[in-house]
Amino acid sequence: MKHTLSVVVENHPGVLARVATLFRRRGYNIDSLAVGRTENPAVSRMTIVVEGDDVVIEQVTKQLHKLVETIKIYDITDQPTVDRELVLIKVKADAQARSEIIQIVDVFRGRIVDIGPNSLIIEATGDTGKIDAIEASLRPFGILELVRTGKVSMLRGAR
Amino acid sequence: MRMKGAEVLLRCLKEEGVEVIFGYPGGAVLPIYDALYSSEVKHVLVRHEQGAAHAADAYARVSGKVGVCLATSGPGATNLVTGIATAYMDSVPLVAFTGQVATHLIGRDAFQEADITGITLPITKHNYLVKRSEDLVRIIKEAFYIARTNRPGPVVVDLPRDIMEREMEFNGYPEEVNLRGYRVLKSCNMGQVLLAVEAIRQAERPVIYAGGGVISSGASEVLQELAIKMKIPVATTLMGIGCFPETHYLSLGMLGMHGTRYANYAVSESDLIIAVGVRFDDRVTGKITSFAPHAKVIHIDIDAAEIGKNFGVDIPIVGDVKQVLEEIVPRLEPREKFSEWHRVIDRWKEEFPLTYSESREPGRIKPQYVVEQIYYATQGNAIITTEVGQNQMWASQFYKFTRPRTFITSGGLGTMGFGLPAAIGAKIARPDMTVIDIAGDGSIQMNIQELCTAVEQRLPIVICILNNQYLGMVRQWQELFFGGRYSYTDISLQPDFVKLAEAYGAIGMRVKEAQDVAPALREAFSVTDRPVVIDFWVEREANVFPMVPPGESLYNMLGGEE
Ligand SMILES: Cc1ncc(C[n+]2csc(CCOP(=O)(O)OP(=O)(O)O)c2C)c(N)n1
Repeated sequence: MKHTLSVVVENHPGVLARVATLFRRRGYNIDSLAVGRTENPAVSRMTIVVEGDDVVIEQVTKQLHKLVETIKIYDITDQPTVDRELVLIKVKADAQARSEIIQIVDVFRGRIVDIGPNSLIIEATGDTGKIDAIEASLRPFGILELVRTGKVSMLRGAR
Repeated sequence: MRMKGAEVLLRCLKEEGVEVIFGYPGGAVLPIYDALYSSEVKHVLVRHEQGAAHAADAYARVSGKVGVCLATSGPGATNLVTGIATAYMDSVPLVAFTGQVATHLIGRDAFQEADITGITLPITKHNYLVKRSEDLVRIIKEAFYIARTNRPGPVVVDLPRDIMEREMEFNGYPEEVNLRGYRVLKSCNMGQVLLAVEAIRQAERPVIYAGGGVISSGASEVLQELAIKMKIPVATTLMGIGCFPETHYLSLGMLGMHGTRYANYAVSESDLIIAVGVRFDDRVTGKITSFAPHAKVIHIDIDAAEIGKNFGVDIPIVGDVKQVLEEIVPRLEPREKFSEWHRVIDRWKEEFPLTYSESREPGRIKPQYVVEQIYYATQGNAIITTEVGQNQMWASQFYKFTRPRTFITSGGLGTMGFGLPAAIGAKIARPDMTVIDIAGDGSIQMNIQELCTAVEQRLPIVICILNNQYLGMVRQWQELFFGGRYSYTDISLQPDFVKLAEAYGAIGMRVKEAQDVAPALREAFSVTDRPVVIDFWVEREANVFPMVPPGESLYNMLGGEE
């Protein structure tokens, strides 16, 4: 099962390497990892999606806790959260396909951010399900390039 | 006060109570060596940086303080790696200082640059690259604090040359550490403690399984109290050796791959395992799914990540082993008499003692006999370091350890070449104690250059080579599991160890007959100003038994005697 961990760490150089090394060395599979600064510039937040059963997740969490620079870890898998991911998709688009693609992009409330002679770049944000869906819908046209940021999550409400 | 970074470093070491550092100079650490020249901190010049790391590691294991080593950048730093990994696997508090190229050269593949913080990321508890003079003092303070608190471990501090050279303001060594992500565990869950107390009360066939955590937390006494009060037999891991006197009736010796039969049977038949400061290493548990199949398991450890990592336990208690045991023991009523369980164990002890047969090879002694004689000669009043292989296992089996911090061995990593530098570190930590390295002829050659260090430091350590002219432990596996195809384990082409010792300025002896073992040891122990190497010619194909074949359950042991 996929778990989403929200990890608060010191904003130091090398922290990302520490986390990545920990996952690699112990053979945990990172599904996605997004890092950035928070409201406090001394602190970064990582949203880590990791695949594994409860025992694996418990180990991951405990090992992450041992890193000197880890401040807090929340397993937000079953919590009410707002989840977002951003995707950029470069899709093949000749004159005929364009209008159809534009319709699809509209449905997903994406945006076209670049137009080339035979391609479009589409930007979309949403939860993982929506991003998967837009990707699937555009696939038949021929995806030339695709990049996803990985998921970022925030707990709903005051906490 | 303004001083050079290197001077600040040495001031901090003094404030930290560091008495000795083990090191080797080079370009990047020249400013530090220059400052050492006029410092009170003692520096021991090793002959290879790996020796510095192992010596500092053993110094820490013996003294309970943080060990300190120093190496130059690049090759100096990378030579420390095996030593750092060794300390990491055995949870030893170590601070390794490495030189680094000047900050403006970092990342440019400058001469003798190595990314040592990157390299040691997975084998350190934490590491630092000091990038600004302002951070130096804080980082040193943190490094020592992290190394020795919670589960101890090695910390690397990488020191760029310009920061050591440049003058900076030194405003004193901080009293406190402020790390918000790293908190030292102060208490344990009392609910869990009470569950453990109840389980111990109800157990009929309990066994204590004690590891290195008992020694590092200083819990040996309270552990003995628990065992004796409740009459619970104690099996230790290799790392736990010494935490319970092996001369005591309740001692089962070591468990696991080369443990005693009675320890392994007792664990297999027990109804309660009290696992203290251990990590359920595969060399201990054998096949994990059949480890202690009938037992409820209490697991006490400072490192929450160890609990449930390899083995699911019933009563986990995260906490300092000593503190937790101090909560448990007073809550128990002493058990009055020995039970049926003890009679069962007595029978196993009688039926399957650790023994060995006479040597069948003329001019060659049984290695076990040599170890026994070392024990008789010292009566357990010595620090034993070992190399890795059969020598290490025979030392653990046939020497009776009665005190913590007297058996110094590379457990987790199994590092050949550990024993000699470790003996140096041990002797420097405890000059009052007899220090013996029980060695293999293969392993001793991995850091034999440290004989020079021992000679220079006038250390009367005794190196007992159990010379079977094989990489014995590997040969044993080849004999048992590869049909006797001794692929590249015959090392009968070897130096004359007596002459080699003499060449270094040590004393060399050779012993080939059993009756000469004790006199040779007596002579060696009378030397006070230099190391002694005794080359014991032991039976070439002697094996370590009993043995749990890898992947088997503890029940399926090969060979009761050899
Ligand atoms: C650095 C290193 N290399 C290889 C090994 C694998 N190894 C384990 S035991 C052993 C043989 C050791 O031979 P020796 O030192 O002669 O000791 P003996 O087993 O004969 O007592 C070897 C090669 C190791 N543990 N460490």
